[in-house]
Amino acid sequence: MSSRHKHHQTYTTKMASPDESTVSVSHVGKKKKAPSRYWQELQKEKDEAKDAGAGEGNKEPTTEEAEESNTPKQKKRKFKEKRDQNQDKKCISGKSDPFPGKARIPEDRLQKFKRKEKIKKPPHQHYKLRTMIARSEEASEMAQKQAARFDLLLPEEAGFLEGDEGEDTCLVSQEDIANAVDITSGAKHFHLKLSQFGPYRIDYSKTGRHLLIGGRKGHVACIDWQSKHLMCEINVMESVNDIKWLHSESMYAVAQKKWLYVYDSNGIELHCIRKFNDVLRMQFLPYHFLLATASSTSFLQYLDVSVGKEVVAINTKTGRLDVMCQNPQNAIIHLGHPNGTVTLWSPNQKEALVKMLCHQGAVRSLAVEKNGTYMVTSGMDKKLKVYDIRAFKPLKSYFLPAGASCLSLSQRGLLSAATGDIVQVYRDVWSTPVTKPYMAHRVRGTVWGLHFCPFEDVLGVGHQDGFTSMLVPGAGEPNFDALDANPFRSAKQRQEWEVKALLEKIQPELISLDPTELGHVDRATFEQKHEDRVKALGFDPLAKVKFIPKFKKKGRSSAGHVEKRKKQVAHEDQRDIIRKAMEDKRKTEEERKNKEQKKTLMLSQKSALDRFKK
Amino acid sequence: MESEDPEMEREDAENEREDAENEREDAENEREDEEDERRRLKLVEAITALRGGRKKPLGERSEAAVRVSEFAVTAEGERQKVQLSDLIEGAQQSPAVPTQTRKQLQNLRRSQKTVEQPLSRQESERVQRDLAFQKAAVHVSRWKSVVTQNRRSEQLVFPLNQEPSGPKPLEKVVTGWRVQTPLEQEVFNLLSANKQPIHNPVLSPAEEASLRAMSLEEAQIRRAELQKARALQSYYEAKARRERKIKSKKYHRVQNKARRKEFLKQFDQMVKTDPNGALEELNKMELARMKERMSLKHQNSGKWARSKAIMAKYDEGARRAMQQQLELNKDLTQKVRSSLSNQEEQEDGASDPELLPDFVNDAEPGQVSSNPWMRGELSAEPADAQRSEQEVAAPAAEKEQHEEEEEKEADEEQALLRDFEGRRKLRQKEEEAPGQDVEDSDEEEGPADQDQEEEGLSEFRSLFRGVAEGLKEAAAASTAGCSSAPLEGGLIRIRTVEDAELLPPEDVELLPCSESPPSAPQEEAPPTGQKARGSKKRKRNIELKEVLTKDAKTVTVPLAPTLTDTADGSDEELDQRGLIMEAFAGDDVIADFLRDKRKQEDAAKPKVVDLTLPGWGEWGGQGLKPSSRKRRRFRVKVAPAEPRKDQRLPGVIISEQRNGSLSAHQVSALPFPYENHAQFESAVRTPLGRTWNTERTVKKLTMPKVLTQLGTIIQPMTEEELARKKASAAGAGKEDPHKTKDQKRRARKGRHSQKI
Repeated sequence: MSSRHKHHQTYTTKMASPDESTVSVSHVGKKKKAPSRYWQELQKEKDEAKDAGAGEGNKEPTTEEAEESNTPKQKKRKFKEKRDQNQDKKCISGKSDPFPGKARIPEDRLQKFKRKEKIKKPPHQHYKLRTMIARSEEASEMAQKQAARFDLLLPEEAGFLEGDEGEDTCLVSQEDIANAVDITSGAKHFHLKLSQFGPYRIDYSKTGRHLLIGGRKGHVACIDWQSKHLMCEINVMESVNDIKWLHSESMYAVAQKKWLYVYDSNGIELHCIRKFNDVLRMQFLPYHFLLATASSTSFLQYLDVSVGKEVVAINTKTGRLDVMCQNPQNAIIHLGHPNGTVTLWSPNQKEALVKMLCHQGAVRSLAVEKNGTYMVTSGMDKKLKVYDIRAFKPLKSYFLPAGASCLSLSQRGLLSAATGDIVQVYRDVWSTPVTKPYMAHRVRGTVWGLHFCPFEDVLGVGHQDGFTSMLVPGAGEPNFDALDANPFRSAKQRQEWEVKALLEKIQPELISLDPTELGHVDRATFEQKHEDRVKALGFDPLAKVKFIPKFKKKGRSSAGHVEKRKKQVAHEDQRDIIRKAMEDKRKTEEERKNKEQKKTLMLSQKSALDRFKK
Repeated sequence: MESEDPEMEREDAENEREDAENEREDAENEREDEEDERRRLKLVEAITALRGGRKKPLGERSEAAVRVSEFAVTAEGERQKVQLSDLIEGAQQSPAVPTQTRKQLQNLRRSQKTVEQPLSRQESERVQRDLAFQKAAVHVSRWKSVVTQNRRSEQLVFPLNQEPSGPKPLEKVVTGWRVQTPLEQEVFNLLSANKQPIHNPVLSPAEEASLRAMSLEEAQIRRAELQKARALQSYYEAKARRERKIKSKKYHRVQNKARRKEFLKQFDQMVKTDPNGALEELNKMELARMKERMSLKHQNSGKWARSKAIMAKYDEGARRAMQQQLELNKDLTQKVRSSLSNQEEQEDGASDPELLPDFVNDAEPGQVSSNPWMRGELSAEPADAQRSEQEVAAPAAEKEQHEEEEEKEADEEQALLRDFEGRRKLRQKEEEAPGQDVEDSDEEEGPADQDQEEEGLSEFRSLFRGVAEGLKEAAAASTAGCSSAPLEGGLIRIRTVEDAELLPPEDVELLPCSESPPSAPQEEAPPTGQKARGSKKRKRNIELKEVLTKDAKTVTVPLAPTLTDTADGSDEELDQRGLIMEAFAGDDVIADFLRDKRKQEDAAKPKVVDLTLPGWGEWGGQGLKPSSRKRRRFRVKVAPAEPRKDQRLPGVIISEQRNGSLSAHQVSALPFPYENHAQFESAVRTPLGRTWNTERTVKKLTMPKVLTQLGTIIQPMTEEELARKKASAAGAGKEDPHKTKDQKRRARKGRHSQKI
């Protein structure tokens, strides 16, 4: 849970219709719901209960009520008594508590924090097992309830741009929005005119405070974009293929013409990594401290930035890799290929985990949703497809007139797609069929980099003519987790976070398609496990050592002698085996005999009840 | 028998003699008998000795005794035992024995039972041990419930009966408190006499009534008052804190002076109103003065002063500092002169003129004010001297003048203070002002600033200087034109005829369509997709084309792209082959993929091993095949593979490889009490860490099994504790909290069955 919650701005604006030239005040009125309080809900419920008593109205079942309805009558009475006692208890001031008991948690919020279903209790259990299960259930229930209760601390809600009747939100220009919103928000729409070294790739840091832009012709700059403070600006004098922030804003990686370079925020070159050549695209896995690179030589490589070692290099054997994205939920790398397939990779397997055929033409861009549920792809066949990446099933397919060259998904699930110099933003591409974009904007050159800023309603667009920061209401997550990514953190806090993050670093071995797999019992057979062991050790620990006869002098190591000795040993071994087998056989035989004897004995014994037998 | 009397006498005598003789004879006889007996015994002994018997004969009492003890009964015959019957017989006949006893004796005679032999030592010890064990077992078994409970409990806290830490509720403290001292007892008596609450209610009835009596308005007023008082206090405190922090010496000097003066004034007033208090104050002052005189402070005798003294010749500042020290000393050691002290002095002087007051040793400023040497001043400037004169309480004659001067001085001081205040305020204003100014300027210069920043961004301070200059010029000169930049020309790919040919024809078709946004979608999705759905189920080779060309919704974009996509084209390194492949994509993509999938499936299938050796058991050679019977016989059949994960997903190949690296971190075997995987997996489904849980949950989840308090002695559980526990359990009528529903149900069932 986040410990600190800052007010985060949201836009819920109603835009003026196109025929109105001026923007009136009423259009920009901020619709803000008052924060909900639990007693209000209580009140509502009470009202609803009354309604239900009158014979109408469906009330939402709360947990306590559900519990009550489940429990037998006796318990109910007891519970009531307890509650009465509570009510009788008065404060020193002599007034009774108007809201006795614990605050109720709405069912939907509880559902949000549910982790798997409870298991059914088998009829008979060992008492130890029973207590253990009961305790674990209790703990997980408590965790769930507490989390649901603390969800109250995430009060901010995101809003969207709402058009008037008959007005398309996609026709609202950025200037209008920037003028309508407050000054600080309006200042977030800006344009950097850098026409000389474009087109630009961009990347926002994890907290959303810092922006990194890298021009194709070698211009690299990092900017604290909110204060417009230029942290560093260099020209690497080489073509730049991609740029990426590493774990914090103090370091970034630049994929240059030949090698991969790491610079610090002052523009000082820290490393030139010769093992990573011809890198085209990069992805950084923040919780694993892994920098995944895809090269034109079809190599997918992982660099552990915490220790500076290459974890693995996988030859994907699929040609040039210039389409790449990561699944933020399970740290799986998705690669798009010219033959229309998308492959999923983990550092633990030399072959693709999954290979999906997505497009008839080449895949041009990929994006995976924050929760790891949906994947959006665009291809040369000018289609935009949405997949359920958990089941690998296509959900929606759209036809974009010119195809999308760049895709990006925001934290709240807005999709931005760039076609040529037009940047379009779509809402809810997976659930409802979309016919027109939510927003559209024309930039001054072909778009090359597209990225939503985390925790801000901002979309960064890198293009031929520089960089444009767009305002996209409803894009960013309004509540941030200050322990994870705090946009307002100080240098000290950053240092502490860094130490903590390093301590909590997830090892690359744990990357798998299903992140919950770690909590499962390994059901592999002994053979499989043994295979794994052999693979890990490089030899078979259970294998019998081959007999190598000792060299003896005086002609005793002649070929015949050696062969003889070998035979002797082999025979001895075989005898052992045979002896063992015989012993086993004898034992089983004995057992069988014993059994039979017992049976006969049982049969011979006359029971008192035998006379009733027919 | 001869004569009567004498005869009688004689006879008597004779009789007597005879008697005596008889007796003698008897005795003799007896003696003979005894002799015989002894002889006989000796004989017997001899005979027995001859026989060699080792047994000692029973000793026999043989002394003559008048009375024979009934306890020492001897049998009649030799070596005969005393029989009970012999004894009883005697009892039977004697009438002294009651009939009841007689009956009992008869019964005893009739019963033939013999009394059992007593147990051997070992056996008796064993019996005792057994008994002791049983007792101990019963004793120990009383603890059984506690032990099981402790074993099963989630957490144990030691020491056992510790007071809960933290603040207790007031009610508990009040009720739990006992009267201990006699004073307390008295107080309690008083309280109880006045019907004050002693125990349970925290508020007395009167207090409650008063609480109720206070109206809302009153309460509000009261609250406001309190608020105001608090605020004032806080202001005062803040002010004091601020003033204390001021470092200016001058300020403090002035302040001190003002304070002193104020104090003197107050003191004078006090003399009139509260002489006792004044006297006390005076004493205090005197004490302070004494202390000052005793110490070496401000005497210019320290290290610092010595160092200053060296410098004093040349340095004005050092001189002044030393002067100041001395002045301070003088001030502090000066006698306080007030009307009261004057009076006292006078009185003192009057009462005992011989006794000299101790201040005679002091430099007396009032008397020899004109002589600076006498006042202990080293080198006072005339002006300084004057001032010091002014400070000193002056004689009455000069009083008016002094007062005037003092007033003047006070004015000066006030002015100084005011000056300080004013300066401070000014500073505060200045501090506030720039912020506002900056904000204002920000607001005004917002866009301009941006422009500047953009300019700044476009300026390169890096290596590329020449180009940067050119860029600057360009940025300055051209506002809209971006195409004029000389470097850009190469980046935009100009479409050649060949390229257009390479691209699929629909691209060309669709370009105009995209330019007219409201137009209906031209390209309808092929309808085959929906048709094929029904038959898809059982087909093995699903037509992937159908899956791929799913119903595609056309999206209309209001803005038409004016630039062609150069992103891909700008990659100079993109080889021609790839380009062509991209262009002709869709032709054999699906077939390729299906082939790939089939290959994978086949590779994963378990292979049948044929172990037939041609030529064994039959003729072999060229052109001869082993018989089909034999081949069937030697073919090792393998169990069919599990269904593939991508069985029902035509467009997906899922790798069936096992993730060995992860399995190293997984639980490999089901832990003890769990009976199946699902149970264990559900038990570990909730993460424990702080990243996923609230603080309270983490505490609960990672609770230690045993909790001990540092530095305390953990005593073993006493019997009383046990008894208390049991009593509390019985009193509550509650069952064991650890008992689960099942147990309860079982218990209920048991009861039920008993009834039946």
